[in-house]
Amino acid sequence: MNKGNILEDAVIMKNITKTFPGVVALNGVSFSVKKGEVRGLVGENGAGKSTLIKILTGAYIPDEGEIEIFGEKFKELNPIISERKGIAAVYQDLMLANHLSVYENIFLGSEFSKFGLINKKEMIKRTEELMKELGYKGLIRPLEKVANLGSAQKGMVAIAKALAKDAKVLIFDEPTAVLAEKERDELFRVISKLKDSGITVIYISHRLEEIFEICDTVTVLKDGEVVGTKEVNETSEDELITMMVGRELKKEIFEEREIGDEILKIENLKSGKVTNCSFSLKRGEIVGLYGLVGSGRTELARALFGAEPIEEGKIYLKGQVIHKLSPKLSIRRKMGLVPEDRREQGLALKLSVKHNINLPIYPHISRVGIVNNKAELKNTLYFIKTLSIKTPTVTQKVEYLSGGNQQKVVLAKWLASGAEIFILDEPTNGIDVGTKEEIYRLINNLASKGNAILFISSYIPELISICDRILVMREGVIAGQVVKENFSEEKILSIALKTKK
Amino acid sequence: MEKMDQNVMGIKEGGKKIHFTWNTQIVVLLVLVAMWVFLTLTTENFLTVSNIQNILRQVAIQGINAVGVTLVIITAGIDLSIGSVVALVNVIFAILLVGGTSMWVGILLVLALATALGFVNGFFIYQFRVPPFIATLAMMSIARGAALLISGGRNIFGLPRSIANFASGTFLGIPNLFWFLIIVIVFMEFLLKKTTFGRYVYAVGSNPEAARLSGVNVKLVIIGVYTIAGFLWGLSGILETSRIWMGVPSTGTGYELDAIASAVLGGASLMGAQGSALGAFLGALVMTTIYNGSVLLNINPFWQRIIVGIILVITVSIDQMREKRK
Repeated sequence: MNKGNILEDAVIMKNITKTFPGVVALNGVSFSVKKGEVRGLVGENGAGKSTLIKILTGAYIPDEGEIEIFGEKFKELNPIISERKGIAAVYQDLMLANHLSVYENIFLGSEFSKFGLINKKEMIKRTEELMKELGYKGLIRPLEKVANLGSAQKGMVAIAKALAKDAKVLIFDEPTAVLAEKERDELFRVISKLKDSGITVIYISHRLEEIFEICDTVTVLKDGEVVGTKEVNETSEDELITMMVGRELKKEIFEEREIGDEILKIENLKSGKVTNCSFSLKRGEIVGLYGLVGSGRTELARALFGAEPIEEGKIYLKGQVIHKLSPKLSIRRKMGLVPEDRREQGLALKLSVKHNINLPIYPHISRVGIVNNKAELKNTLYFIKTLSIKTPTVTQKVEYLSGGNQQKVVLAKWLASGAEIFILDEPTNGIDVGTKEEIYRLINNLASKGNAILFISSYIPELISICDRILVMREGVIAGQVVKENFSEEKILSIALKTKK
Repeated sequence: MEKMDQNVMGIKEGGKKIHFTWNTQIVVLLVLVAMWVFLTLTTENFLTVSNIQNILRQVAIQGINAVGVTLVIITAGIDLSIGSVVALVNVIFAILLVGGTSMWVGILLVLALATALGFVNGFFIYQFRVPPFIATLAMMSIARGAALLISGGRNIFGLPRSIANFASGTFLGIPNLFWFLIIVIVFMEFLLKKTTFGRYVYAVGSNPEAARLSGVNVKLVIIGVYTIAGFLWGLSGILETSRIWMGVPSTGTGYELDAIASAVLGGASLMGAQGSALGAFLGALVMTTIYNGSVLLNINPFWQRIIVGIILVITVSIDQMREKRK
């Protein structure tokens, strides 16, 4: 990069390390971007992209390392300094107040005022100037309510808001996830315009083809480390995928099992953004479901369990077609769902371990609506013991348990209910290594007893080491299936990432 | 699973062991005892049979309301319609009695009405996702309006003497009204602590989505609690009629606030999943003691509400700080 040497560095991050309890999110990462460069940032879920960005915007404080912004050195940043130095992240919808007008949004928190009185005229004028810069003069009117704008235009307002604060480095995190193709082209046009005016852009996306369309260079992250930085015209999608993969679980956790009869079959299922999904689960089988965030895997899991309405398609349970679905019916049909977000969907945090574990089975341990306290307690103690849930008492509120123990409580609910089909959505997310292994062992155990398991994960190595086969979702459809003989991280990731050819 | 030891890994059943924790109920109980000791020492009339009977009579209706609203608050809801439904029941019951309807028929009719109004609250809250505050605010307005409309805004006199005698009567030395509160507390403690429904009430209050995904019928729980609450407002209305011996369309004003204050004093959290019937009773007792004490101490009655407000804010502040420290 000969020409690059004469360009000024916008951001230099040196040896950044950031750890969270039990996880090293970034390990000695060095990352630099030049002024006027559009840099892609790619990597699997959990590779450390968001953490890196949050350190740059001052949301996280790094454990180690140094950050240099336009020549000025910092040990750590905070959101205010970061903003003042010209760093701005553009999130599509999150940042905007829908009920306020365009200009009010752009100047929210930095209103032009004199003696505490708002100078509306000046702000509207400035908004028009900004819109002209972006090529939206007359298209987005300053007094329009943001709620009336389309997704792409909202994006423009967010960009204008950043520019109004004199941003020099704009960070886009998955900006096209909510955009239609035409809107995407508009965004790209604006990004090129920004680049021409000397603004630096960091562009995060799972869609590799976009990286090739819009970026000058691309950095690949893996497991909290930088694998490499390439010029886009000197690399290919295949090379990037090869760089992203190559992680391994230290332990082989797969166990030989006997695969039995088909227990669940789905045909042409449609629910929300999930379309045309067909697959089956057999007794004793662990089927992986991989997909990037937003690929529809969680929606599929919830639809199967009856938590989301199904628009089309058929579900067969043990050969019988089922017509009505609801969580309650699913539990009766011996299904269990460990939801993606255990705190929001899996647990009643303010209630006890006992109360949570028994929640799905109260009808079974009560007579004429009166709970059999002994059975309730016995159940609780049994699962605390078999899953070695660490809790001081059975009446401890679940919110005071560690993440791993909370997840065990969620699992215990479905063990208690006698489930035969387990839908596990990211069951090892945010859990320490020791507990992860316990959960793998439990899943193996459940499968060898003839239960069927759908294991959803963003972490390919764990799927490879535990599953019999892996389904890969992309944009709401099952884009492919990989059987055990052909397992490779590269293969799975390329199905999940590549556009149809 | 069969050979379960009660003490696996040293885990004991929390419920049977008495832990001394500074929970809200204990704080409130201490406040209550302190007030009683103070009033016993400073007034001649506090610790007399007739005054205690008086307190028990006064606490009855407020206690029932507090227990009922606690059930609703545990689901993270609220019911503002209490006082108005009490007034509507009072007016209709009075008119029926004056018109010669038999007492039992009258009781059945007004209980059915109040229960139905509670059901309507619950129905709109669940089915149309009307925020509980709004749905019950609307019911508060509608029921009060109906009470005024039906009575023509005038008080209704001429109720049978026996109705008034019931409120002033006692059974085993305890005022009749208070017996109803005892029954309501026992019923609610049982419902909340012993039944599946009770478990679901707390679960929905803590996390409705997790409850739904665990197979809980959230609809039944939400509509159920408001319906039960409505029934209890009906009961309060009947007891109120006995106590004031007439139909008064403006009666019960502010009952909902007293009930909510009692529930919160008794440890209920407006965020849901916390609260108990006994706690609500203690809360109601604190409020009644303040009213009773200030009469005995010849304090200007206007001070009562100020004192209640101060105690409420202090109790909840202490509670929040303790919660934070955890």
